Amino acid sequence: MTDSRIAVVGGSLGGLRAAEQLRRAGHAGPITVYGAEPHPAYTRPPLSKELLADPDVLDAEALAGRVELRRRSTVGDVDFRWGSRVVEADPAAGRLTWRSADAGSATRAAGFDGLVAATGLRPRRLPLPGPQRGRVALRTVDDCAELRALLAGGPARVVVIGAGFVGVETATTLRGLGHHTTVVEPAGPPMSRVIGDGPGRAIQAWHEGAGVEFVIGRGVEGVAGTERVTGVVLDDGTLLHADVVVEAVGSLPNVEWLAGAGLDLTDGVLCRNDLSVPGADAMVAVGDVARFPNPLFDDVPRRVEHWSMPADTARRAAATLVARLSDAAPDPTPFAPVPSFWSDQGQLRLQSSGMPALGVPRVDEGDPSDPLGGVLVSYHRDGRQVGTLAVNLSAARQRELRDAAVHLPSTA
Amino acid sequence: MKVTVDLTRCQDHGQCAIAAPDVFRINDEGRLEYDGEPADDRRDDVEEAADVCPVQAILVED
Repeated sequence: MTDSRIAVVGGSLGGLRAAEQLRRAGHAGPITVYGAEPHPAYTRPPLSKELLADPDVLDAEALAGRVELRRRSTVGDVDFRWGSRVVEADPAAGRLTWRSADAGSATRAAGFDGLVAATGLRPRRLPLPGPQRGRVALRTVDDCAELRALLAGGPARVVVIGAGFVGVETATTLRGLGHHTTVVEPAGPPMSRVIGDGPGRAIQAWHEGAGVEFVIGRGVEGVAGTERVTGVVLDDGTLLHADVVVEAVGSLPNVEWLAGAGLDLTDGVLCRNDLSVPGADAMVAVGDVARFPNPLFDDVPRRVEHWSMPADTARRAAATLVARLSDAAPDPTPFAPVPSFWSDQGQLRLQSSGMPALGVPRVDEGDPSDPLGGVLVSYHRDGRQVGTLAVNLSAARQRELRDAAVHLPSTA
Repeated sequence: MKVTVDLTRCQDHGQCAIAAPDVFRINDEGRLEYDGEPADDRRDDVEEAADVCPVQAILVED
């Protein structure tokens, strides 16, 4: 079925890579990409770093232009519909409804033969009453533009709620810009859910030395202010003054548009290892929204919120979908991508591969209290290494480690 | 095929050297070296390298 129509729902990194990989896998029929944001696909990591710190006066559109993703020449005939939100889809019937972001536009229907779910995440928001003005979450260029506007008046007091990667990156960037910055986190040391308590504490200490304040072990119970935020109230009654509050408390997968499809939507779209979706014949999922088992680790389906995942999953998902639409035999090779991420935090660069969150950390190189000197931490589970974290390790040393790893017999 | 890396953007992440090791490499000083005119049969790897560059510094032209 070479003229089959494929709908890609989601127009960010995952949706773009899916369209490119469908062409690469030989799909010659029509592809429509529906992107809810008004901007062409862009890369998000700079939103908490370079783009937040850019001294030029820039609106959201100009910000989006600076981080727009390169598109392969093979997707010139793909119908990219930016600013088009899919309201619901029925994979069995091959029908979806969508709506343009333009005010007052009607819902329209479209048919498809194959479906790619690439709707990614939205930031979780805290259910706190009080003023909304001065509270932002940082996920889109529009969020970044709003935060930049709130901070345009000069040094401000900023409270960042949540000490995950987005929270810590945002806090260190804002501290570097001269804002008084406090991070509040109820659960434990910064980023500890991913990199462990010890490494998290060491990085916290370094950032504290650079002037970022941390309140660990306290939650936020309320927002102070009437018209606009003036502070946050912690669960011990303490009031922290704030001109701006950044909520960096994690993300929720965008799956509501599939609610009527009879799929397992517990924490994303449940996928098989080849990214096909149980309960739908011609459907795959890619990127942050796809929950799939990775045989490098075990048979537990997980979502992986790393920047490397959309490209990796798009390649395999496209091959799976094209094989299904053309009744070809599926590729029997297990899909076993090595997750990786990086995080720039002031003068620190964290680089990780594997799944550190699954293991117990062991410092292999360097002194965690001196991260600028270069630190390597490995993570172990059941006698096996499951991940690494490098902090300010030189590119040459990273290459050596990589070359050594390539020569090891695979244990996957 | 012509490959250009914006070296003012490149931060030596080295992802390209994993995706297309015969076109991009990190040298012993930790800096990127690359072949600006790779053979056309390297296209798939080169496109892959451009995709995975964290700072999107790689330009591929026909």
